[in-house]
Amino acid sequence: MASPLVSIENVDMRYGGPSGTLAVSGLNLRIGRGEFVAVVGPSGCGKSTLMKLTTGLHIPQGGSVIVANSQVTKPVSIVGMAFQNPTMLPWRTTLENILLPLEIVEKHRRRLRSHKSEYVAKAEKLLETVGLKGFGDKFPWQLSGGMQQRANLCRALIHEPELLMLDEPFGALDAFTREELWCVIRDLHASQDVTIVLVTHDLRESVFLADKVVVMSARPGRVIAEHMVPFERPRQLDLLYEPAFNEMVQKLHGEIATARAAA
Amino acid sequence: MTTLDETAPIAAPPRPAVRINWVRLAPLFYTIGLFVLWEVGVRISGLPHTILPTPTRVFEAIVQYWSPIWKNSMQTLYTTVLGFLIAVVAGLGIGLFIGWSKTIYAGLYPIMVGFNAIPKVALVPILVIWFGIGTVPAVLTAFLISFFPIVVNVATGLATIEPETEDVLRALGAKKMDIMLKVGIPRSMPYFFGSLKVAITLAFVGSVVSETVASNSGLGNMMASAQSNFNVPLVFAGLLMLAVEGIVMYALMAWVEKRMTGWAHRSTMAN
Repeated sequence: MASPLVSIENVDMRYGGPSGTLAVSGLNLRIGRGEFVAVVGPSGCGKSTLMKLTTGLHIPQGGSVIVANSQVTKPVSIVGMAFQNPTMLPWRTTLENILLPLEIVEKHRRRLRSHKSEYVAKAEKLLETVGLKGFGDKFPWQLSGGMQQRANLCRALIHEPELLMLDEPFGALDAFTREELWCVIRDLHASQDVTIVLVTHDLRESVFLADKVVVMSARPGRVIAEHMVPFERPRQLDLLYEPAFNEMVQKLHGEIATARAAA
Repeated sequence: MTTLDETAPIAAPPRPAVRINWVRLAPLFYTIGLFVLWEVGVRISGLPHTILPTPTRVFEAIVQYWSPIWKNSMQTLYTTVLGFLIAVVAGLGIGLFIGWSKTIYAGLYPIMVGFNAIPKVALVPILVIWFGIGTVPAVLTAFLISFFPIVVNVATGLATIEPETEDVLRALGAKKMDIMLKVGIPRSMPYFFGSLKVAITLAFVGSVVSETVASNSGLGNMMASAQSNFNVPLVFAGLLMLAVEGIVMYALMAWVEKRMTGWAHRSTMAN
């Protein structure tokens, strides 16, 4: 790994002025290009803060955040984000929702009008990848929760971000839909040249998908352990029932329980 | 689970020849019922028509005074709609301005609330000093009373953008203006169109109040002079005309709302 895509060094982030809550303290994290990193930890450990620091929505009070070789001082615009809440705009069709980032990102917004059909084709291809072929004309509220979340992933990917940040994207879905979407994400990561950071509460999800699982401590959050996931890719869902997999999940669970108790 | 035999014939439900849609007809029946109750009540109690005229007497008055009623109704409708339209433009503008930033919202909101708390009838004398009696104070009173709900609704729509949506867009490098245009304004439209129904009703209150106090025309003025002549049926005829105008304008606004922001209504059903 020559130079990491994301490099967070000794970062402190405090909300609400000098006497406010310290959300993260002494945070160190490196994410290599093309890597799939899952971040787990007890609730309130600053996982969302980590996301906001990396995307440049928050600027830390101490330490440095370097993304793609430059210090983050404003939103970085090479990221795509998806949250637990799909936040589709209800007055736009699914396709128009997916095209929204292109209306914002500087590089694309100039070309959008003249190259509309090219972009629409790209969006439709993405929809097909996530199994939503032919649903572009539907409004988001005509889609189920799982389908909305798939569309949400398309929106996060349409501008070909180098870094995809996912904040518990599958938290609100039922178990079967969740597993289906794990596979969608797994295949996306395999087929595209994208770095993914997944913030999650679900340890099985983190082990199944990630190359590296990062465990954070309770507030103020910092990284207490990093585990490389040894399982070979491509991974199938059967992996979830293998002893080695469960052993790793259990180990992670133990670490987080300790971190919670220490808080 | 048992499997159903798919070839089993499903009995077709018997279709009645003519189905009366009672829900659709209900407003009509209830209105007629109200008038019948009113008529019977007045006749049984023997109230003189200078206190409470029967509906038949009121309709008689409408026919008898049709020409002045029509003229004054049109005048009231004109001042109301004009004041309302100004309120729509100003309300939308001020609402967008207030919703733009948290600081402006925090600073102007108490002032707006204070202003709204002033009974608008108290402003009519001032308007008369500035503009004389007649159409202008009526239009302005209608405007002043009806623009507040529009402002509040538009500003609220803007101020309640989901933080996640904002984060997604800001992370892409969106400026405040982008977020307003792409999310804030479309998002506040259901609030805006919803507020029009409230605003148009208030606009009638404003124009009639002003006409009653300081005008030579309009339904408010007509009713005030009918009252001083003890022509109570004509007063009620004026009230009835106001009710009709109010219902028509309300229905129009409801229709506009439905046409413009259908997505908002359907989305609440889908969730």
